[in-house]
Amino acid sequence: MTAQAEERDDESREPESADKKQPSAETPQASTGKERRRRLFKKKDMPGGLWLKCESCADTIFRKELEGKRMVCPSCGFHFTMPGAARIDFILDEGTFDERFAELTAMDRLDFTDKVTYAEKIARAVERLGQNEALLSGFGKILGRRVVLAVLDFKFMGGSMGEVVGEKISLAAELAMTNKLPLVLFTSSGGARMHEGMLSLMQMAKTCAALSRLNERGGFSICVMTNPTTGGVTASFASVCDITLAEPGALIGFAGPRVIATTLKQELPPGFQRAEFLLDRGQVDAIVHRDDMHETIASLIDFGRKAWSDESVDA
Amino acid sequence: MDLGACARAAAWGHYAARGPAPAPGVSMNFESRIQELESQLTELQELSKRTQLDLGDEIATLEARLQSAIEATYSGLTAWERVAVARHPERPVASDYVATILDEFLELHGDKVFGNDEAMLTGLARIEDQRFMLIAHRKGRSTKERLACNFGCAHPEGYRKALRKMKLAAKLGLPIVTMINTPGAYPGIGAEERGQAAAIAENILEMFSLRVPVLVIVIGEGGSGGALGIGVGDRVLMMEFAYYSVISPEGCAAILWKDGARTPDAAEALKLTPADLTGLGIVDAVIPEPVGGAHRDRERSMQTVRETILRELADLEARNTDELLESRWRKYRDAGEIEGRFPRVPGV
Repeated sequence: MTAQAEERDDESREPESADKKQPSAETPQASTGKERRRRLFKKKDMPGGLWLKCESCADTIFRKELEGKRMVCPSCGFHFTMPGAARIDFILDEGTFDERFAELTAMDRLDFTDKVTYAEKIARAVERLGQNEALLSGFGKILGRRVVLAVLDFKFMGGSMGEVVGEKISLAAELAMTNKLPLVLFTSSGGARMHEGMLSLMQMAKTCAALSRLNERGGFSICVMTNPTTGGVTASFASVCDITLAEPGALIGFAGPRVIATTLKQELPPGFQRAEFLLDRGQVDAIVHRDDMHETIASLIDFGRKAWSDESVDA
Repeated sequence: MDLGACARAAAWGHYAARGPAPAPGVSMNFESRIQELESQLTELQELSKRTQLDLGDEIATLEARLQSAIEATYSGLTAWERVAVARHPERPVASDYVATILDEFLELHGDKVFGNDEAMLTGLARIEDQRFMLIAHRKGRSTKERLACNFGCAHPEGYRKALRKMKLAAKLGLPIVTMINTPGAYPGIGAEERGQAAAIAENILEMFSLRVPVLVIVIGEGGSGGALGIGVGDRVLMMEFAYYSVISPEGCAAILWKDGARTPDAAEALKLTPADLTGLGIVDAVIPEPVGGAHRDRERSMQTVRETILRELADLEARNTDELLESRWRKYRDAGEIEGRFPRVPGV
């Protein structure tokens, strides 16, 4: 949780540094990227975030090129974190997203202030992203199959789970339950939102309560863990869905790798906590490339169809 | 999830091996006045014994002053000082409760898949006629024990062991008492390989379906997800000087303030005391401790817990099981919420 949380805090203070905010690997390479940019462009031609550095192979990639490839690194195939809105555009059939509960906003119930107030952090994130919280949810279709979709957005305070995120996950599970639709989740999160103290920890229990009821009523849930998914999100709703998928190279874990390395004072094994590492150790059902994501989810829904009435398929 | 926990634990082990030293993260500086009076009192008592002089009046005066110093100090502790009390090395831990308040205990080991995590103590327990399943984080008391228990930081097999025993309890119709006392779940390579997050998530999910009463007592440290992994219950109680937090104050200060020296501020901001948490509706009730904390009068403090367990279990066992499960579910579904803040999906 710590490493990711730290990152999210950095992000909230430097709103334009999306291309700089990937941890660890980036630092030694940053100057190279800068030089290359300097050679290629005059200063006025360089809006923030034109270039991105691959977390996995450290290649510098032109943002436009990356976006054309579903944010998958052309050199090594690493799956970049997709912002929430882009994820929805990517996964749902065009024009089918019917957003719900977008109006819910966080409250600073603890009067939490570190260097700035929590209220201010939220206000900045809301302004920067044009959405009220780190979770986007609603109805939509994946290759014609109706689903309830919930997507965590890492750009909003590190996709951290506070009261609103926990509530919206629970509401999504309940929408799935009452509408007899499959629940599809995409996670990317640093974990619990510590600015909400124990109220955020309780969201782990709340979301599990909602999923437990969905299970009792025969619901079907699929969670796709994307880079990164750690802390209280991994340790709650993301891990208790019927199917756990992961995107290639995604960092998935309980404690963040930096925390573990610091605690144990030893180097971590190569690929530690990456999707492939977890697959080898039996922690995820399958790793799915973005190119195959739609078909895979559609197929899973078809296999799970007996759990529901046929209402979920109308294409 | 708690991070510094094991670093602290490791550091403590390091010091402990060399001889007496403060326990992890504990600075009891706020007790300096108390300690001063205590040593004066001991001196006076020894003097009286040695010289056969009647110093009764002086001793009584000093005792009264000591008592009022303890009361004054403990009624005005900061959040961070409370954390130090919760971590006090003399504070009763699970094995003390087993030895002191149980009339019978049959320890059941292992998750029957991978191993036996010493950081989780589970077994069949009895107080008078009340039988129940005890599930507790174990910190250990001696240095050797503490090391064997990873200072109360459980691995996935610990959480799976707990779940296995809880399911057994449900089958046997025995209520469950969990005692939370952990800096956090263990952050390590093996723990991640074996699915620490999934193990905790599974426990949280399954605890909603246990068809027996579940009583949760935070007896010391309530460290984040590692605590919640055995922390879903019908009643959640906290000892007066226990704390329960989403992250350790040290971890929070390091991340948000980027300055370990701001740990006391982080402790304050996190609202981790029993008073804060009952106010937020997350904790149901507080179990009072003797003046000056459980470590000052361990026996009395543990007896209070014993009485509380008997009273609470009798109450919970009198309730209808379906209603019990529904209200447990509702308690967490609406955890700490402000009524009317969130919409409701019809038909849930």
